[in-house]
This record gives sequence, structure tokens and C-alpha cells, in this order.
Amino acid sequence: MNYSEYISLILLLPLAGFVLLGLFGKKLFKQSSGMIGVLVLLISTVLSLYTAYQYFFVNGKLNDVYQTIIPVKYTWLQFASGTSIDMGITLDPIAVMMLVVVTFVSLMVHIFSLGYMKGEKRFSTYYSFLSLFTFSMLGLVVASNIFQIYIFWELVGISSYLLIGFYFDRPSAVAASKKAFIITRFADLCFLIGILILAFEGGTLDFNTLIHRLTDTQSSQYISITTASFLGVSVLTWALTLVFIGGAGKSAMFPLHVWLPDAMEGPTPVSALIHAATMVVAGVYLVARLFPVFSINEASLYIVTWIGAISAILAAIVACTQTDIKRVLAYSTMSQIGYMMFALGVAHLGGESGLGYTASMFHLFTHAFFKSLLFLCAGAVIHLIHSNEMNDMGGLRKYMPVTHITFLVACLAIAGVPPLSGFFSKEEVLLAAFHSNKLIYGIALFTSGLTAFYMFRLYFSIFWNKSKSLDTHAHEGTFSMKLPLIVLSICTLLAGFIPFGNFISSDGKNLELPFLLNFSIAPVLFALTGIVVAMRMYKKENNLPHRVAASLGGLYKAAYRKFYIDEIYLFITKKIIFNLIGRPAAWIDKNIVDGTMNGIAYGTGKVSHWIKGIQSGKVQGYALYFFSGIIVLAILVIYFWK
Amino acid sequence: MNLNLIIIIPLLTSIAVLFCKGLKQVRMISLIGAAIQLILSFVLLYAYWQERAAGNTSTFIFEYNVAWYAPLHINYHIGIDGISMAMILLTSFIVLTGVLVSWKMPARTSGGEMLSKEFFFLLLFLGVGAYGFFISLDLFTLFFFLELAVIPKFLLIGIWGSGKKEYSAMKLALMLMGGSALVFVGLAGLFFNTNTGDGTHTFDILQIAQMHIPVEVQKLFFPFAFIGFGVFGALFPFHTWVPDGHSSAPTAASMFLAGISMKLGGYGCLRVATFLMPDAAHYYSWIIIVVSCIAILYGAFATMMQTDLKYINAYSSVSHCGFVLLGIGILTQTALVGAVMQMVSHGLMTALFFACIGMIYDRTHTRQMSELGGLLKVMPFISTTFVIAGLCSLGLPGFSGFVAEVTVFMGSWEQTDVFYKIATIVACASIVVTAVYILRTIGKAILGPLEKNQYSLLKDAGWHEKWAASLLIIGIVAIGVVPFWLNHLIGPGAETIMSNIKNVTIIK
Amino acid sequence: MNGIPISHILFVSTALFFIGIYGMFTRRNLITMLMAIELMLNSVNINFVVFNKYLWPGKLDGVFFTIFIITIAAAEAAVAIAIIINLYRNHQSIDVEDAVELKH
Repeated sequence: MNYSEYISLILLLPLAGFVLLGLFGKKLFKQSSGMIGVLVLLISTVLSLYTAYQYFFVNGKLNDVYQTIIPVKYTWLQFASGTSIDMGITLDPIAVMMLVVVTFVSLMVHIFSLGYMKGEKRFSTYYSFLSLFTFSMLGLVVASNIFQIYIFWELVGISSYLLIGFYFDRPSAVAASKKAFIITRFADLCFLIGILILAFEGGTLDFNTLIHRLTDTQSSQYISITTASFLGVSVLTWALTLVFIGGAGKSAMFPLHVWLPDAMEGPTPVSALIHAATMVVAGVYLVARLFPVFSINEASLYIVTWIGAISAILAAIVACTQTDIKRVLAYSTMSQIGYMMFALGVAHLGGESGLGYTASMFHLFTHAFFKSLLFLCAGAVIHLIHSNEMNDMGGLRKYMPVTHITFLVACLAIAGVPPLSGFFSKEEVLLAAFHSNKLIYGIALFTSGLTAFYMFRLYFSIFWNKSKSLDTHAHEGTFSMKLPLIVLSICTLLAGFIPFGNFISSDGKNLELPFLLNFSIAPVLFALTGIVVAMRMYKKENNLPHRVAASLGGLYKAAYRKFYIDEIYLFITKKIIFNLIGRPAAWIDKNIVDGTMNGIAYGTGKVSHWIKGIQSGKVQGYALYFFSGIIVLAILVIYFWK
Repeated sequence: MNLNLIIIIPLLTSIAVLFCKGLKQVRMISLIGAAIQLILSFVLLYAYWQERAAGNTSTFIFEYNVAWYAPLHINYHIGIDGISMAMILLTSFIVLTGVLVSWKMPARTSGGEMLSKEFFFLLLFLGVGAYGFFISLDLFTLFFFLELAVIPKFLLIGIWGSGKKEYSAMKLALMLMGGSALVFVGLAGLFFNTNTGDGTHTFDILQIAQMHIPVEVQKLFFPFAFIGFGVFGALFPFHTWVPDGHSSAPTAASMFLAGISMKLGGYGCLRVATFLMPDAAHYYSWIIIVVSCIAILYGAFATMMQTDLKYINAYSSVSHCGFVLLGIGILTQTALVGAVMQMVSHGLMTALFFACIGMIYDRTHTRQMSELGGLLKVMPFISTTFVIAGLCSLGLPGFSGFVAEVTVFMGSWEQTDVFYKIATIVACASIVVTAVYILRTIGKAILGPLEKNQYSLLKDAGWHEKWAASLLIIGIVAIGVVPFWLNHLIGPGAETIMSNIKNVTIIK
Repeated sequence: MNGIPISHILFVSTALFFIGIYGMFTRRNLITMLMAIELMLNSVNINFVVFNKYLWPGKLDGVFFTIFIITIAAAEAAVAIAIIINLYRNHQSIDVEDAVELKH
């Protein structure tokens, strides 16, 4: 089959699901909404798997290089200057990979939610929002036009807002959804300005043309964008940095990450889908999509690298101290995305130097599986315990065997223990870092140790430690909740064996991923150390954690408080923006601008009041004016008559 | 098609209302009349496309020209291009939804009387003024209809308003009258400097557009016309009637005020000031840009501090209308298209917002954010509509606001000068501030726990309210999801105006 | 009669006129004000007659005017007093300060 015959369906089906469930779900479908959502996603998933098969194995390659195929494209908004916003579908290796990841994880989450959200009053609304998110995310990954990506970028933002605030009667959920949207909106502002610069300099909004023009060193666009500068920095660097800020906002990179931990107020399956596997990696995806342009600009790559590395280690440190299991996972997500970012940052276009690019995408791919698995397991736990706090849990392995095993698989994967998928992808990331920058490598290595530690801290605290007595009726939940866990854990086990370099590389050619046995000793050692330490501290109930925390003193407190970044944000928004800009603006409007208008009215009133005095209404007063007038006239006539 | 119908039918409707008895008859007649207007405007749109498809390339079509008062060369001259067509569509949407929203006539006068006949008459009559204004091709006719649209506003607010209505009505009427006075000076100045060749003057827009008015004259009269219309379109610092006027007006009047009346200003700035005085438009361009950027950002920041729902929407209107004037000030074709799109989009969106606020106020009897909360639980339809209006206001793709704003941004980025880029970035920054106040409002009033227990007894929207909201949402989504038809409609009109501007030789 | 110089008579009429004005300005009572107006009218009458007699003794224009004014004054007094009576019926007063209905 030709792509154009079915490819749009992958997007349009979830959209149709959203419209259908959003408009009529409450009245017509009620509980069957869930099944409709699952069915729609199932078709989409099958179609995207078929697309992937067609693209990677049948007709994606031309002369051993993966081609960019655009099967569908419509002009959406034509501007007078000749540029236009198009809606289209691009197929290239990363887009196809993302199609598979998004539909697959979304399907798993849809199925899991059947059990998790059962009995919820706004069940159909929930599914319509999920469909909306899936549609937007798919639109984002296949975007053929830089403005299309922005449009869907905003749409995933709003679906995230709606889903975080799904439990709208909780003030904390409302606040969290607001925070998430506003912080990413700020990042989007930078993204928008970046787009405007790129569009203006490149003279087009189309991705392929844009990338082609800006990487061709002979083109006039390339020359103008690299020679022009603003405040001493080249316009290209400005544009790419601004675009990257947009990506960093969505991907929760330091210092725009504060919304992600709070976003855990949403239903847990939503966190698995949006805040672990798909939406938060949009920033990485954006950088990867524009990678040819990034790769010609050292300065912006440098920024990408360091922001990624700082986020990775910072989040890992904070994750070690949090007690809310979902927050631990959120920080872990941020840390892993940091990995993907700096892997991109250390890469270059083409061949071996493009290892980081492949590694980043590989890590994105495997991370989607094990992180969504972790979140779904956490969801199953929360479903049973009705609490997010680690202290309320313990010894759950007896009650939830399936969850226990799958969680363990995911933990081993994220810690980087061979032969699970996380090991392979992290290996490549570390290797790419090792080749280009030893300092980054050091940070990454240390972070991977921390990762193993906090993940197993979580694992032991939930499933071992003090045993909690639940009533005997406690069970893991329905089949629909177990199935996704099992499927995802199988993926986690096997995904690492995919020869990823054959499919995705910075230049579309085949890249043999190097696998060095002696190189993997250090990371594995770090991971095992982390696991052992966690086991020592958390497997049995003891006071070691408290002693360690006490001995770390200030550092522990700072990490527990998330390095006071939230407080800094609060200070800036409340104290500076509200008090120093908003309040004066309102005051000026009321007193100065409006005051002037009222002043004019008041002045007119005064004058008329004064004139009114003459019209006293007293007959004799009028008579007096009359006679005075006569006398004046008489004098005038007498003296001036000629 | 006879364009006179677009004035005659609304006029007949409003007069017919005067002969009705009782609320039921009055609203039935109003509804039928308004529905006919909506259908008529779609028929007109269809006829317009047909005419264009048939190869009619003249700037204005369906022209009708007859001498009204020959000694002063005043003609009744009407005709439409794409821009007027878009505005007519907007007006007919607002008129119909305004009637639907006022179905139960909740706003009583202070004397406790209904006066429903008079209320609907004034509403519909305001519509007549707007329709006439948008199709006028004669400066005097244009001015005549502009004035027709002012007086009903004063009465609507003064009689059926709430709060400090006398003050607000007076303020609005005086400021708008002041604006009209400036407009008249500008128009008269234009008139006496026209020369048709045989020594007479003309009010005819098409003829004036072909002439070359001396540059010095343009520079002198452009500010009069622009500021005059700008008062209607919430030009900073003449926007202060907006918050007070909107907050005191009854729901339907707020919708008309923000949805139609503020658009009269934008349209006038475009059609009269910029189109007829292109040299001066270039000369004053930077001032317009600076002032509208101030309005955009400062309006947004001022909104952040408001606590009354209507004040929030009124100040955000100031901010959004800044985009209209910014688009006009930038003087590229894309930006002009964006400005017109923003007019249509803002008209629909803000009408929806006011309709929602009205519905909420009817039920809870408060507009203070601190006294609202958790309404989504008790009135899902109204709350969802409110959220949609909010999302449109913050420029979410899929709704009309995004399309319009993006078009303005793209248009201003076409100008190569750094000044324009900085202005664009300043204007862009408002999207964050908008998000802050919109989400704050939604978070407090719609989401969260129920603020007061007695709210749990409130009823959701009735059929007429649902229809009104749905119509507006359809309009918003139709522009937001498939914007090319509107773009295609406005494009040629903007091109005409641009061609006049491009002919200008001297710049600054 | 010839022995009396014109200035004497004019002095009387001027005095009468200003007495009338004085009364007009100072009195609140409508009837008194009406009387003051009559005084003024009569001073004018005197002027007419005197100027007719002294300047154009052969003509009668001044005398005609005088008769005309007397007639008008009578009619005016009738109307004015009717108004005053009506005012009194409504206000129990003929003070000019109390008639404020048409003010504002």
C-alpha cells in the first residue's frame, strides 16, 4: 500500500476519538468510552507498526540512505510573502520511530486506564483527553513544517494541562497544571521567536527546505544567518538557542524543570504517557529534528550539552531524597532526558561522530518502555495503597507479584544492568560522551551510579522493608492493569537487542554501533555499587538512612528542598512580576490614564458649573443684566456713533 | 445581489420589534430577524464567492451609488470587499447570539420594569449601524452609521446596566463622541482637500483612494482620523472607557460592544486612515507600533491584577485589540490580513467570554473571582465554554486567536528593520502574560473545590444559551482549524490597501 | 406752560424711570414689581408727550404712542395679575423667589 492511503488515519483516528468522546461520551457511551479509546488506538498502533515495517524494511532506503518521505501535505495558511504554514506528514527514521513509540505506549496506557480509572465520574472525558494528547503528539512527531511542530507543541501542552488538572477539585492539581502550562508557555515564547528568526532568515517554514538552505554553506541564507549578529552573537546561535529553550521547557531541563515534579498530580497513567515516555522527550526530538542545523553551530551544541549534563546530575541528586514515589520517578525522567540531551550535544553530523545522535534516539526509545513501565507499576501500587508516600508502603511483594517482578525488570533496565535494554542505550550514550568530553563522561558515570541507587531505594522501600499488613482482599487489580505491565516488561527485556544503528543515524546511513566489553566495566560497576548501597540501606527497616541524611547535613536539606529553585521562581513571579509590574500597571491605568480622562471630565464640569451661576433663574437678576446691557449699549452709541 | 438588504432587513427587524407586545413576541421576532440576518450574510458570502469565481476582479462588488444630498456631494454609496464581508459575517454572528443570550431578559431597569421591547430594539438598531458602517463607501455615510451605533450603547448601559452604570454610560458615550468629533475633523479635512477635476470635492472613498492627497494635508489629518477611530478600537491611552463600559453593560450589550463596536474602530483605522492617507500612515507608523505594543503588554499586565471577571475580559480586550492596531501599523500585507483576522477572532472570542460571564453572573449573582470556584462540577457546559473562550484568548492553536496572532507576527517579521523585530518580540511576550491571567481565572472560578454550598443547586445552560455558545464556538473553530478560507477572503482586500501603501515614495 | 424748561420735565421722567428700576430690582412682591414696571412705562409716556410738545408741536405721533402704551400696559397688567393670582392659588405667595418650577 502507498503511505498516503493510510498514514493520515494514524492521526485522524485519535482525533475522531477525541471529538466523538468529547462531544457525546458522557451521554452515549459512558463506560464503553474506554473500549472505544482502546480500539481506536489499537488500529493506530497497528498502522504505525505497519508503516515502520514498510519504511525500514521495504521502501525507506534509497542507495542505502534513509530518505525523507512526505506522503501528505496541505497548505494551511498562506502568507503574502510567499511562506506558508503547511500541515503534512513527514516520514524519516526518527519520525517513524516516534510514531511507533507514541502509539504503542499510548495503547498500553489506554488499556491500563481501563482498570485504573474505573468508576471515575469523568471517565469518557479522560479518554477523550487521552485521545487528544495522542493526536497532538503524533502530529508533532510527523510535522513537516516548523510551524506545524509549534502548533502541535502547543496542543500537547494543553492536553497535558487538561490531564494534570484532571482531578480539578484538588487545588494542588489545579495549581500544578497551571504551573506546567505557564512555564512551558514561557519556553514556547522563546521557541516562537526562534521560529520567526529561522523562518525569516531561511525564507521558508518547511523543515526540509529550511534545513537544506541553512546547512548549505553556499546558500545566501546560510551566509546571511551566520554573518549577521545581534549583541555580538550570531543570529543562527540566537535562533537555535531560542529553539532549544523551547525544547528545554517541554523536556523539563534545568532551570525550566520545576513543573515536572508537580505535574505528578495528574492520574498516574497520564504521568506514564505524557510525563515519562512521550511529551517530555519532545524537546530532545526537536533538537534531533533540527540536528543538521545544530551540528553546524558549535555554540548552541555546547549549550545543549551542558544543560543536559547539569539536568542529569541535579535531578539524580534530588531524586535520592524525595519520598513521594512519583516525584522520584519524575526526577529520574528529568535525569534520563538530560542523558539524551547531552548525547545529542556531543554528536556531530555523519558517520562515527554521529554516535551521540543514534545513542540519544536509542535511549529515548528504550527509556519510553522502562519509564512508562515504572510509572504504570507505581500506578498499580498507588491504586492499592491510595497514597504516593514511600513511608506508607513496604513489603508489597507478597500482595502484588506481577507488579513486583515487572518493577524489578524496569529498575534493572534503568540502572543499566546487562542485558536489559537500558544497559545498551546508556552504554552508547556514555561512549559518545567519552569520545568527546571527559568531564561530561564523568558526570554521566556518576549519575548512572546515583540512578541505580535511587531506583533501588524506591524498589526496596516499596516491595521490601517493613511489611505492611493489608487486608486479605487486597489484590493487584484487573487483568487490564496487569497486561500492559507484562507487555512493557517484555519490551524492556528485548528492546536492547535491536541493532539501532541500522535504522537511525545522523546521516541516514548504516551505523554499526560499537560495543566494547572493557568499556562497560565502569558503568556496570557503578550501577552495582548503587544497587548494593540501596540494598544495605533500604532492604530492611533500619535507621541507616536517617544517619546518612544527618551526616550529609546541608547538602541533604538542599537536595530535599530541590535546591530551592521553586522558591526562586516564586520570588520572581510573586514579588517581581506581580508586585513590580502588574500592580503598577493596574495602578497607572486606574489613576493616571483613567485619571486624566476623569480629570478632563471634572474640569469640564467645573467650568460649566461656574457658567451655570449666571443662569440663576432670578427674574430680577436677568433684569439687572438687561439694564446693564442697555446702559453699556447706550454709552457705546453715545460715544462711538458716527 | 442587492446589498441594501443588509441594512434594510436589520432595520425592519428592529422596527418590527417596536410593534410587538410582551417579551415572548419581542424575542421571537428578534430571533427570527437575527437568524435571517445570519442566513443573509452567508448568502452574501456565497454570492461574493460566485462573483469572484465568475471573474469579477473589481475592488468592491455589489456596489450601489445614489446621491443623497447632492449640494454637498454626499452619496449613499455601498459595496463590499473581502474585509467588509468578514466583518458582516462577524456582526451577524454577534447579533444572533446576543439575542439568544438575552432570551430571558434578566437585566431589569432600576425601576424594575422589563422594557423588553426597547431593549431588543436598541440591540438590533446597534446592529443596523454596524452593518451600514462596514459596507459604506462614502465617508459621510460611514460617519452617519458610526454615529447611529453610538447612541444605543449609551441607552443600553444607562438603563439596563449594573454597578455604577450612569458613570460608565456617560464615560463611554462622551469618549466615543469625542472620538467621533476627531473622526469628523479628519473626514472634513479629507473632503476639503479632494479635487475631482472639476473643482468640486467628494466624500467617495474609492475616488479619494485614487487621488493623491497632498502629503502635508495627510500628515495633518491622519492623527485626527486615526485617533478618532482608535478611541473606538481601544487605542492606548484612550482605552479607559472599555473596562468601565463593559463591566456595567448588560451581557448582550457587552457582547455587542466588544464584538462589534470595538471593531468599528479597527475597521475605520484601516479603511479610512491607512487606506486614504498612505503617506501619513508610513510617517506615523512607528508611533502606532509603539502605542499598540504598550497597549498589548500593559493591558495584559493590568489584567493580571483584576478580580472582577468582566474587568478581566475588558482589559484583555485592550491587549488583544492592540494586535489589531499593531497589524495596521506594521504596513505589510500579511500583517493587515492578521489585523482583520484578529478583529474577527477577537469579536467572536470576546463575545463568547462575555456570554459565559453573563451566564455565570445570572446564576451566582457575583462576578468576583474570590466568590467563585468549582463551577465545572455544577455547570459543565458553561464551564467548558468558558475554558474554550479562555484557551482561544491565550492563543491556543485550533482556535481563531492563534491564527490571527501568528499572522500578525509573521507580517511584522517581514519588515527587515530591527525596530519591527523588537516590537514583535514585545508583542509575543504577551502570550505568556495572557496564559498567566487566563489560567489564573480558570483555575479560580471554574476549577477547584466548590466555593459556596448553595452553588450546588445551580442549573446548567438552557437551550438558548447552548445555541448561542455553540454558534460562537463553531465560528472560532472554523477559523482556527481551517483558516485558509478567511485568509483567502481577506487577502484581496488587504492587497488593495497595500497597493495604495506601496505607491508611497517617501518614507519617514 | 412755556415757562417750564424741558429739562425739568425730563428730570421728573428720569427720576420716575429710575424709581421704577429700583423698585423692579429690590422688591420680591410681584404686584409691587408690576407697579414698578408701570412707573417705568409712565416715565416713557411723559417723555413721549414732552418731546412731542416741545420738538414737533404740529404733530401727534408722540401722543399716539402714549395712548398705545397705556392700552398695552392695561392689557399687560390684566395678564400679569391673572398670572399672579394663579401663582397665589398654587403657592399661597406672590413672592417672585417662590416661583421656581421652570428653573433647572
